[in-house]
Amino acid sequence: MLAAGLLLLGAPALVRAETVQINGAGATFPYPIYSKWFSEYNKLHPDVEINYQSIGSGGGIRQMTAQTVFFGATDGPMTQEQLQAAPGRVLHFPTVLGAVVPVYNLPDVTQALNFSGAVLADIFLGKITKWNDAAIAKDNPGVTLPSGDITVVHRADGSGTSYIFCDYLAKVSAEWKSKVGVATSVNWPAGIGGKGNEGVAGAVRQTPGSLGYVELIYALQNKIAYGAVRSMDGEFVQADIDTVSAAATAAAKQMPPDFRVSITNAPGKGVYPISSFTWILLYESPRDKNRSRMMVDFMKWALTDGQKFAGDLGYAPLPAGVVELEQAALAKVKVR
Amino acid sequence: MATHSAGTRGDGRLFRITTGLVALFVPLVVAGIAVVLIHGSLLSIKEFGLRFWSGTTWDPVAGEFGALPFIWGTLYSSFLALLISTPVALGIAVFLSDLSPHALRQPLIFLTELLAAIPSIVYGLWGIFVLVPLVRQIQTSLPDRLRATPLFSGPPLGIGMLSAALILAVMITPFTASVAREILRAVPRAQREGAFALGATRWEAIRLALFYGRSGILGAVMLGLGRALGETMAVTMVIGNTPKVSLSLFAPQYTMAAVIANEFTEAADDLYLHALVEIGLVLFIVTVVVNLMSRILIWSATTESRAPRRRAVVARAA
Repeated sequence: MLAAGLLLLGAPALVRAETVQINGAGATFPYPIYSKWFSEYNKLHPDVEINYQSIGSGGGIRQMTAQTVFFGATDGPMTQEQLQAAPGRVLHFPTVLGAVVPVYNLPDVTQALNFSGAVLADIFLGKITKWNDAAIAKDNPGVTLPSGDITVVHRADGSGTSYIFCDYLAKVSAEWKSKVGVATSVNWPAGIGGKGNEGVAGAVRQTPGSLGYVELIYALQNKIAYGAVRSMDGEFVQADIDTVSAAATAAAKQMPPDFRVSITNAPGKGVYPISSFTWILLYESPRDKNRSRMMVDFMKWALTDGQKFAGDLGYAPLPAGVVELEQAALAKVKVR
Repeated sequence: MATHSAGTRGDGRLFRITTGLVALFVPLVVAGIAVVLIHGSLLSIKEFGLRFWSGTTWDPVAGEFGALPFIWGTLYSSFLALLISTPVALGIAVFLSDLSPHALRQPLIFLTELLAAIPSIVYGLWGIFVLVPLVRQIQTSLPDRLRATPLFSGPPLGIGMLSAALILAVMITPFTASVAREILRAVPRAQREGAFALGATRWEAIRLALFYGRSGILGAVMLGLGRALGETMAVTMVIGNTPKVSLSLFAPQYTMAAVIANEFTEAADDLYLHALVEIGLVLFIVTVVVNLMSRILIWSATTESRAPRRRAVVARAA
């Protein structure tokens, strides 16, 4: 009895003594699914404890480069310059997909509005300023649009959401690409800034005639109505988990070997155009091979069994084609 | 006995050294902050020089950074907040120190100090959901002639400078009010009694007490200003975060503290990061300058007051 008690007390202590901690930092957008993964994985493998700080993509890349964390996470792929600044070769691994949706506040309009990319770009450039502009009306036949001003609401804080949205606008509008560009924070030509998804959603909800953009997860969880966006194939697509995954399936066919790919405005049927991967960053040959092996094991689990947690949290899971490519790429990470 | 006195003398020296070291700690921290801020913004200082202070473009993509809209937004919102909060805070202080019935005083003091304990995120949420719609209503109900003037122009968003200034005013009022109340209480009874004896009304006696304590009251106002300059969360939630210099009370604008908080986490590029740290440096310098100016203001107020104070002393002696 006493021995059994000692054994019971001793067992967790022994396990804890062998627990290896792996630290990571980066994007806030995938934080809910990452923390779910790390806690589920810890239940399966009590010897591996992964800590993640959601300090933002920029911070994640910086800490990765400074080697203060073992892995990083980002919503926008690292640039060529950032890759060269890193002390070793950095590999990108897509983990799940997210999307950005246009949200608006028009109390008298009941049906979901359609937006084509060029119109969204012109609104955010401040060139289309009225709701009943001919360009908006053309995409929404049969809808009586109000005559009031459009109040543009964008993110004030640097965020992957803005990156994805700008990335899309830059692909559909040459003017956006040359005048504003693509980054987590840009010099917004029009509108007001809200802090975080909740800030943008709050401002949109409070301001009649406003138009903003938030993450799909945020719109789903808070039951905010959002508009459909015109895909490259010309159909208006509502964002949901299937149409976002479809964007990745389309991209899998021409995936670059380093996975640094933008899948906004992807071709194909039923593809939601403002979709994006989010990435985990690993060094190809880290000094600590023990941790490297554990991290690769975790990644293999996250890409397969882990994907089933995505839907409930509002993320789109990776299509099978991308998972296969990534599994092959994971073999390149040195574990001994 | 001898040991005892030697001991106390030793304690005295030790005490002086310890407190001296602790006091030395403050300038060291200030100097340390300055060094770190300058070091962290070297790239941006080299690239933009003084242009950083006057530039109006903030474009992280093009790598063009100017701080003027943020400096303007910080100073303008703080100034407006002071303009709104100072009369209210002084009114509260006077009521609590001179006029309030005894039973009401403690509960009121408690409530004012409670205002100071509310976290700024809560103020921000209150701002978005209560204050912003209210400000929008005020704006739409203004006559068109007034809305055509630069001070009130702009679309009716509710989010903007006035909302930020109002929220700041509510946030700094308890600080100014508590300190001003303490100052009024510290005014010698003889001052008020003397005034009454000379046939002054209550209002005149209070005015005299306010005049007597004016350097301390100025200090109380400056304490509020310090808080307003640095407030981040509540302001960023209602100010609209748009880096534009505008006189309009209804225009969305931006402050230095808010842009640092918003953009720091995602700033991966070196120049961008250094520009953000330089915003911190600018905020530091602006705060120091504003505090210096307030010191000078207080100092000039007290030196001018020599004449009446001497008169007061004479009166008391007589």
